[in-house]
Amino acid sequence: MTTFLLRRLLASIIVIFGVVTLVFFVLRAVPGDPIASILGEQALAVDKQAMRECLNLDKSLWQQYVLFWADVANGTLGELCDERGVTVSDKLIANIPATFQLALASLAIALIISLPLGIASALRPGSWVDNSSAVIALLGISVPSFWLGPMLLILFSITLQALPNPGSGVTGLSTLILPAVTLGSALAAKLTRMTRSSMMEVLSQDYVRTAKAKGNPAWRVTVKHALRNALIPVITILGLQFGALLGGAIIVEKVFARPGLGTLLLDAINSRNYLIVQGCVIFIAFAYVVVNLITDLIYGWVDPRIRYD
Amino acid sequence: MWLLKLIFSRRDRLGPLVLGSLAILFGVFFVAIFAPWIAPYELTQIDVTQQLAAPSFAHWLGTDENGVDVLTQIIFGTRVAVLVGVSTVAICSTVGISLGAVSGYFGGWVDEVIMRITEILMAFPGILLAILLIFITQRPSLLAVIGALSVSGWAGYARLVRGQVLSERERAYVEASIALGFPTRRILFREIIPNILGPVIVQATFGVAGAILAEAALSFLGLGPQDLPSWGALLDQGATYFLLTPHLAIVPGLAIMITVLSINFVGDGLRDILDPRAMTRAP
Repeated sequence: MTTFLLRRLLASIIVIFGVVTLVFFVLRAVPGDPIASILGEQALAVDKQAMRECLNLDKSLWQQYVLFWADVANGTLGELCDERGVTVSDKLIANIPATFQLALASLAIALIISLPLGIASALRPGSWVDNSSAVIALLGISVPSFWLGPMLLILFSITLQALPNPGSGVTGLSTLILPAVTLGSALAAKLTRMTRSSMMEVLSQDYVRTAKAKGNPAWRVTVKHALRNALIPVITILGLQFGALLGGAIIVEKVFARPGLGTLLLDAINSRNYLIVQGCVIFIAFAYVVVNLITDLIYGWVDPRIRYD
Repeated sequence: MWLLKLIFSRRDRLGPLVLGSLAILFGVFFVAIFAPWIAPYELTQIDVTQQLAAPSFAHWLGTDENGVDVLTQIIFGTRVAVLVGVSTVAICSTVGISLGAVSGYFGGWVDEVIMRITEILMAFPGILLAILLIFITQRPSLLAVIGALSVSGWAGYARLVRGQVLSERERAYVEASIALGFPTRRILFREIIPNILGPVIVQATFGVAGAILAEAALSFLGLGPQDLPSWGALLDQGATYFLLTPHLAIVPGLAIMITVLSINFVGDGLRDILDPRAMTRAP
């Protein structure tokens, strides 16, 4: 188990190093003068020079790389040029809770939809339940979130007036429902199919047949014997997709005008704020790698066969 | 060619859903190719007296905030979607097949380097890397969008092909080719790769749907090809004005959904036909 843990940890560290390096060099591959794109061509020379010094663009590439890693190591990710004393990390920390709240709510909704539907499909293959869940799953991965969101708003906020719409000034958990359903629908679709195929494989195993032969009630066979083993691959998908939820949150936060990392990133892109764009991308990729690592470790802990690979 | 013959010989496995989806996709390609002749108006025809107009006889799907006909933009937007989808997958699959085959066949440090690069690229969830690459262009063009999606998309193909090549290189026909003194390039590109194309074709089909969704998402975020009509950009307008003109939010999304759903159905059908357990190489 220790060797497995160390091997995965080392691989993750290499990937994170590569991600940070890639982001650094991509942002310095900007054609033309990046200062001109930030301040405009008509900006005063003294302002341009001040910005250049603030972003360390007056130094050599390798000096910039070392200073960049110093900012990463001390956790600040750099100090903003237009807001002295405020670091990129401060901006990230202020926006992370909203995005994680949305991601966790989406995860919960995806599980509430997918687990019962997947189990019911597996218990009745070929039935109308199974066929319906297949169609729903395919729709779930084909309908883009940036279309589903406005459609849900039109239906629930405008037509039925059951839920608040963005900009209404309403706060609280009710404003989280539609964004969470929008973001969680694609995940629910994938989890439904994975739960179904995993359950069907487990239900065909000898030990499940034995449990039935012993006279156990159907619910006990399904929940206590089959579901626990069927959930192993589902956990893997869940972990991998949680990171993808962070990427999907960029779009959903724009649709519903919610605060969060996505809104921070898009605002930074529009205002050409290189430091915040850099910080957001690195943080989201970092979180994705860490979640994948945790998922691998949980998978290794839950399934002993993996530890000895 | 033998792959096309295989698909054609197993066409009875394609159900009505797949055939219907194929028909829809032919329609989409038809619209994309003949857009200037099909569209009722020119893209440059602006009618400021008809901004955000509801559907009418003159404008079947209404107009946008600039008074441009929405149906015209949907038709021309088909070109952007098809071009981005097909081009991105063509580049990703070409690069991915080449690097994945080299990685799987040679192994060693070549394999390590290529796989570490793919891991780094796949560490960016969704379209995040594409967003970063487009950000560095001052004004995103169609080429920039295709390039950004291609850079972030080839890694999946490389990993798939690598896995396939790893198992194929141990087969007897490869051993025989080596014994006969065939050059490595011939063994890789004329012996091994044709045998592993099935799963790659299935992934490429789903990849076209993914690329179309990604381009629409980028356009929705304002990072799509500028000065070109896009379903995603239309949807962005629709999301802004959905209280005034719901149809502007509904119609572009339907176009995206129908196209992507059709591609996914076709991909499912191809997966049934090209199941590796049923495939045999034609003599």
